[in-house]
Amino acid sequence: MIIVLLISILFFGGVLAWLAEIIDPRLPRLVALLAVILDFLVMLTLLGADADGAWLVSFTADWIARFGITIYFAVDGLSLLLILLTAFLGVIAVGSAWTEITERTGFFYFNLLWTLAGVVGVFTALDLFLFFFFWEVMLIPMYFIIAIWGHENKQYAAMKFFIFTQVSGLLMLIAILVMAYLHYSQFGAFSFRYEDLLNVETSGALGYWLMLGFFVGFATKLPSVPFHSWLPDAHSQAPTAGSVILAGILLKTGAYGLIRFTVPLFPEAAMEFAPIAMTLAAISIVYCAKVAFGQDDLKRLIAYTSVSHMGFVTLGVFAWNEQALQGAIMTMLAHGLSAAALFMLAGGLQHRIHTRSMAAMGGFWAQVPRMSVVALFFSIAALGMPGLGNFVGEFLALLGAFQANITLTTISALGLVLASVYSLWVIQKVFHGAFTGDSDQQGQLLDLDRREMCYFILMMLGLIWMGLYPQSFLALSEPVLDGLLSSSSELFAALGRG
Amino acid sequence: MTMTMTWSDLIPLLPILLSTGTVVIAMLMIGIRRHYALTAAITIIGLITAAIAALVLMPDTNSQITPLLIIDKFSLFFSFVVCIAGLFIAILSFPYLYTLGDHREEFFLLIGLATIGGLVMVSSNHFVSLLLGLETMSMALYGMIAYPLHCRDVSKYPLEAAVKYLVLSAAASAIMLFGMALLYGHTGTLAFSSLSENSAGLAVASGSWLSTVGVLFLLSGIAFKLSLAPFHLWTPDVYEGAPLPATAYLATVGKAAMFVALVRFIEITDALSIASVLSVVGLLAMASMLIGNLLALLQNNLKRILAYSSIAHMGYLLIALIASYFVEGSLSIEAVSFYLLAYVIMTLGAFGVASVVSSSQKEFDVIHDYRGLFWRQPWLAAIFTAMLLSLAGIPLTVGFIGKFYVFFAGVESGLWVLLGTLVLGSGIGLYYYLRIVFRMLMPIKEQVAYKEAGIESLTSYGVLAILFLLLVVLGVYPAPVMTLLESAASLMG
Repeated sequence: MIIVLLISILFFGGVLAWLAEIIDPRLPRLVALLAVILDFLVMLTLLGADADGAWLVSFTADWIARFGITIYFAVDGLSLLLILLTAFLGVIAVGSAWTEITERTGFFYFNLLWTLAGVVGVFTALDLFLFFFFWEVMLIPMYFIIAIWGHENKQYAAMKFFIFTQVSGLLMLIAILVMAYLHYSQFGAFSFRYEDLLNVETSGALGYWLMLGFFVGFATKLPSVPFHSWLPDAHSQAPTAGSVILAGILLKTGAYGLIRFTVPLFPEAAMEFAPIAMTLAAISIVYCAKVAFGQDDLKRLIAYTSVSHMGFVTLGVFAWNEQALQGAIMTMLAHGLSAAALFMLAGGLQHRIHTRSMAAMGGFWAQVPRMSVVALFFSIAALGMPGLGNFVGEFLALLGAFQANITLTTISALGLVLASVYSLWVIQKVFHGAFTGDSDQQGQLLDLDRREMCYFILMMLGLIWMGLYPQSFLALSEPVLDGLLSSSSELFAALGRG
Repeated sequence: MTMTMTWSDLIPLLPILLSTGTVVIAMLMIGIRRHYALTAAITIIGLITAAIAALVLMPDTNSQITPLLIIDKFSLFFSFVVCIAGLFIAILSFPYLYTLGDHREEFFLLIGLATIGGLVMVSSNHFVSLLLGLETMSMALYGMIAYPLHCRDVSKYPLEAAVKYLVLSAAASAIMLFGMALLYGHTGTLAFSSLSENSAGLAVASGSWLSTVGVLFLLSGIAFKLSLAPFHLWTPDVYEGAPLPATAYLATVGKAAMFVALVRFIEITDALSIASVLSVVGLLAMASMLIGNLLALLQNNLKRILAYSSIAHMGYLLIALIASYFVEGSLSIEAVSFYLLAYVIMTLGAFGVASVVSSSQKEFDVIHDYRGLFWRQPWLAAIFTAMLLSLAGIPLTVGFIGKFYVFFAGVESGLWVLLGTLVLGSGIGLYYYLRIVFRMLMPIKEQVAYKEAGIESLTSYGVLAILFLLLVVLGVYPAPVMTLLESAASLMG
């Protein structure tokens, strides 16, 4: 029941925020903030929950009996980590929109909260129809956020984002339906429940195609080369809060899908496909790092680095061993914070100097010292400095992947070198050197205020915590991974891989 | 089966009788004294009672009335849909025609007549009743399309549309009749049930050249009425030229009734077992999905966009129909039925939105007219967006459940190529639906003055609200309708 509560707080909070605009246009942000914080607090109560079988809590109700579709939510350590990240970044996103969004605030926070509700649904739904339902539901408000509050080329970006995710989603829907039908032909009843579908026998070519259906759906969201081209456009056009949600949370739904569904449902096919997926991951890491280096638009640059970092997640998932998976999860969490912070900084800069072009930036350190320090911190986090969360994630992912595929891991590790190159280059370009803004702007740029510092410090603390004591996160996901790995290890051992 | 009719035979015919009575009363009423509101009220009340009759009869009626008409759960369900759609269009046309500078009352007469045709079509299992129903509806539609002809201040081209539809539709009917004649020549019967197995063992499905050619001719005629590619060329012009309520009628009841008759013909005679027929239907489906969606990309006129999108939707429906040949059980017929219901709801809603801002003098049918609608009339824009997202098949709407059904039917029968085309088509389709949505989200630039919402259009907003509710409720909790359709479709499977 508590999961339904989590989702409905966000749903109804959204409606309330919309209505609140009638009273005062500043009220919706307050309603949104309270709703997200309340949701976060409710989630915290799950931390102490005793495991009920495989799940900490679960909820089942009938929905569409004709197809054996149920409303089935459940939370385990993995989902819990991700919904906590969702609510945490939800707070940050509301904060980053606090002063930036001044028009049609009610509808904005409505969309923001509905996106979050959709994401929480995705992370907790375990009936595949319900999962798909939320998967699509989170798109529409995100489309509105980009299409209404976006920048100069928003129509193109919003359209591209929607079409990419929708079409790849339909391929996944076909795969889900085939699974339900296979369940019918093997067990005599339609079912979309995760546990039921795990029992479905999917071998041979059909299994491979089904796995590809899921993979394309998730890899587009992740995104992984070659399905990544929507991301730079969506990010550069979205308002800051939209970027925070997109980079921090929406991308993680793809990674979550790979861990939760693609590999466990089709272990054999996924193993066969693993070298290709890891190759795509290595290409994502190196190629997108290289492309990032060539960008002039600051937000596009960060978007490409996101693709690059998410490559480590794909790499870790398809290596499919404990270290690699832990690395993938840690990367998801740490990247969620660091990418969100970087997008907020880029958004803050754009807000101040009305451009995202790095050619127009330079020498800001003296102007905005606090912002510069914050930017340096998150750049260093993103490049994988030991002691911060990203390092733990990427290191573990590489460590695990090394056991699976040495060549690809070596290539991927080059990504760390490239990451330092572009991160430091950005810092040097934007914050050092001579001031390049209009002379009348000199001394006029506003540094981060107390509210903004508050968000950034929260995120910094999160990254430091992840970097110095990752065990508190690893402990939550460990039982989940043990379960996933032990169910597939038999098969893997039989096929000659540990 | 005897030809004599008893009084008890008349009870299942109530929906048809009631709507016929409505038309007669309305006609007499106009003869005695012209009164716009009264004529509309008579039509609306008549259609409501017909719809209620269909609803009451639905649970346990299953009878063949004369060799011509079958009244069962399936036909009654669609009788209900046809009556309600006719009713909604009547309500929408009331404010639309309010300011027309010509006699306005006969439009409701035509709506009633077309509805009789539709009711006969969804209940027919005989070529004679099929043709009677089809022609009754088409005749009424010619009149509806050409209706504002004598008014000077009409911006559209009703005459062009009406003549185009008249000529092409007559040609299509002729081709259909020829197909029926060939089938009659082969089997010696016009009833669907005896077409499947007659005493001499001559069946449609036997696949002789005579029956194959006959079925193909018949299908060509039907494909014209359903505007399946490549028989679609009339669609955008007629949609654009006709007054909005007529377009809405043509697009919803016109298509749905024809499709129901097609389903019955295919299911009873098993015509898809002829290999060439199967491949022709498959090609029609693919061509409709691709051509409909691709050509819609280039349009700026809302009616033309919806015309092309309806071509694509008919293609999606054919997938479920084809699936019914491959798999035992009623699932694919359910899919067809549910999708038709969804299609009627969302198409009616989309045309309804255009209709409430338009009048017979000035139609707002260019997508640019809807710029900034979100900030001018948020509720109307929300309804329009919901309808468009439903047409695109996004969850929370009835269109998604419809598409889910079609996908499921396709998966069950392993129609991978058609499903691939469906995914491609849906992807393309998103572009032009979202283009309209995006227009509505843009800031208002120059204010186009829509029609003033007078007291008479309050009911139209009511209709839109009901359609919106149906769209969401059936999109989130479709189980009751599914159960109903499952039992209705099991009669056919």
